[in-house]
Amino acid sequence: MKYLYLVWKNLGRRKLRTLLTVFSTIVAFVLFGLLAAVRLGFSAGVEVSGVDRMLVTHKVSIILPLPISYQETIRTMPGVQAITHANWFGGTYKDPKNFFPQMAVDTTTFLALYPELRLPADQKKAWQTDRTAAIVGRATADRFGFKVGDRIPLTAPWLRKDGKRSWEFNLVGIYDGAQKETDTSGFYFNYDYMKEALATASIANQVGWYIIRIADPAHSQEVAKRIDAQFANSAAETKTQTEKEMAQGFANQVGNIGTLVTWVVAAVFVTLLLVVANTMALSIRERMSELAVLKTLGFTHVQVMLLVLAESCFLAVLGALLGLGVGVVVVAGIGKGLQQFVPVFFVPPRDLVLGLVLAFLLGLLAGLPPAVQALRLRIVEALRRV
Amino acid sequence: MFNGLAQWIALVGLNLRTLSQRRGSALSTIVGVACVVAVFVVLLSIGEGFRATMAATGTPDSVLVLRGGSESEMMSGLLTDATHIIADAPGVARSATGPQASAELFVVIDLPKRSTGTDANVPLRGVQPAAFAVRKHFKIIKGRLFRPGTNEIIAGRGAAEQFAGLELGDTHRWGENPWTVVGVFSDDGSLSESEIWCDARVLQPAYRRGSTFQSMHALLQSPEAFTAFKDSLTQDPRLDVKVVRESEYYAEQSEGLTRLVRSLGGFITVLMALGAIFGALNTMYNAVASRTREIATLRALGFGRGPVVFSILAESLVIAVVGAAIGGAVAYFGFNGFQTSTLNWQSFSQVAFAFRVTPTLLVVGIVIALAIGLIGGLLPAIRAARLPVATALREL
Repeated sequence: MKYLYLVWKNLGRRKLRTLLTVFSTIVAFVLFGLLAAVRLGFSAGVEVSGVDRMLVTHKVSIILPLPISYQETIRTMPGVQAITHANWFGGTYKDPKNFFPQMAVDTTTFLALYPELRLPADQKKAWQTDRTAAIVGRATADRFGFKVGDRIPLTAPWLRKDGKRSWEFNLVGIYDGAQKETDTSGFYFNYDYMKEALATASIANQVGWYIIRIADPAHSQEVAKRIDAQFANSAAETKTQTEKEMAQGFANQVGNIGTLVTWVVAAVFVTLLLVVANTMALSIRERMSELAVLKTLGFTHVQVMLLVLAESCFLAVLGALLGLGVGVVVVAGIGKGLQQFVPVFFVPPRDLVLGLVLAFLLGLLAGLPPAVQALRLRIVEALRRV
Repeated sequence: MFNGLAQWIALVGLNLRTLSQRRGSALSTIVGVACVVAVFVVLLSIGEGFRATMAATGTPDSVLVLRGGSESEMMSGLLTDATHIIADAPGVARSATGPQASAELFVVIDLPKRSTGTDANVPLRGVQPAAFAVRKHFKIIKGRLFRPGTNEIIAGRGAAEQFAGLELGDTHRWGENPWTVVGVFSDDGSLSESEIWCDARVLQPAYRRGSTFQSMHALLQSPEAFTAFKDSLTQDPRLDVKVVRESEYYAEQSEGLTRLVRSLGGFITVLMALGAIFGALNTMYNAVASRTREIATLRALGFGRGPVVFSILAESLVIAVVGAAIGGAVAYFGFNGFQTSTLNWQSFSQVAFAFRVTPTLLVVGIVIALAIGLIGGLLPAIRAARLPVATALREL
């Protein structure tokens, strides 16, 4: 600890150089934070998906519906604890560009399968009793300024009995996510309302997909096989997947964002490593005779080496702390604008820790060559060199 | 004047020849600049590639007719009667076989993506014979066309590359019938190449669509015929349709993703460039510091301030250009033409496209590098020019 002052003084010797190096480090870690948020944004669904939830969809494609009669069959199958269903609505609010996910669901069973959606008890009751009631997540409510009690018109591709495509809903509740990662952009309303108001009976006995809760996540594959075998060779064959598999498949459809982000971060860090290493090399080369004096005063070889390493680690960690701090602020700032594309956007605490560890390793690696040089330094030669 | 010019040349030459003495720091700046340029070019080439695919879809004289109020083919629906009225509307090009208009169905099916092995939404389009004339560049490149009325399918070139199970002879069970791949087609790099095509009449019963279609793709006699065509359809009381030029429709679909890539790529580039500027400044300040005595000697010998500033700037710019060249080359040779696919939110289906490293992107990359070099060199150069000769000469 007592050497910290010495390290600090050494860094202050060439203030401009230290400042520029710290700035480069800050920028690199702002980027690191931003990219961590991007990666989370595109994979959040995968990470927070319920382990005991599975989805049953049409085997050919998720856009094809399944008969409502499957519900009873699946409910009584071994390993299945609860079941509910959902239909994609696909409406827009006022402008075709104002899109957010809307689902027609079974209001009596839906929330039991999604405990991470936190809805006050009185709002839940209102949602289950009023036929045209709807609930929406905090993110979408904030985006359009929806308040409980609002009447919300949505334009949908579905023709109503009255010949219109405009559907009205009573907003009776706004739910929050149990975790920061929970997606709160969804809008849920009563399936019966949709079924009854539709002009044609096309979805009358059809649902988009089923959501089931299973007793033991370890047996998910057996449950899936059993369900899919039950409906094999029927007009509507099924595909049963865990929510995580589904989310992962969907993330894969968008593209391999994770790999892209990893490559960009790697490029940034390689550059940074060179910048810090170069600074350390230059500053140690200038101070060879000084290090020799330190050794003359009784500092051991190892102590001098550690001094050099401490200096480069200090430089890197300082830059990382500042950079991650700025990164958190920047991400919070631009998160609002990106909400439409990535509903979940923040720097995960895990990546903040990872960033600091990386900074420390970076400092070690960058400081290693000059530190070894300092370790091997022979007093007589160094003092003669001037 | 000649003396002045000789000074400039001599000093620039001196700086560049002695560059090897400052190898380490020069190299770190080169790598830094190269990374900035490479990341910028590669990220934006994704947006360019996606846009190019969408832009290749549709010609000025091709139109798309959807049900009124629908934003995509998936959500649209047209009755058979309506498709006949549309095909006979004024302005539609005609050939010996009839109007050049194809009523189509658009659904998606699950096929595993080759790169990940997980299922993806691949578009399956049921077409009428006129479809091959409406897409002017349509060409079978492997196998043959499907026989009308059979469960045969042909795959677009992009789809065949990106998704498994689209080799000639592969069969799939979708619904009640087995479908066989009999051909692969190309269409000038357009969106159609991401799709699988079959006979619309076969797809209707398979997807229980009765005799309905979802969209109508037609070729007009000329681009100018659009207004008359559109007016006649939108004023027809028997129809409730939306008429758009294909080129405009697909350009609009590419907007969202292109904007996302540009803003995110731009933001990352600005940050990285900022980091590279700090690196370049560091390098050039160190270069000046290590040559304090040398520069002072030159000034004492009668070299002017201008040449000193210029020679340092030139050194910084050369470093930046070398970095840009490396970064640009990595982006071009490593990623240009790289095949990938993503989800098009509007059609809820996959679009296969290739990264496109355009000359414009490379030029902008070089300009960014030059800006880094200029800013990184200017301040150190000014410091060098301002060095008081007498004190500097005394420095160790």
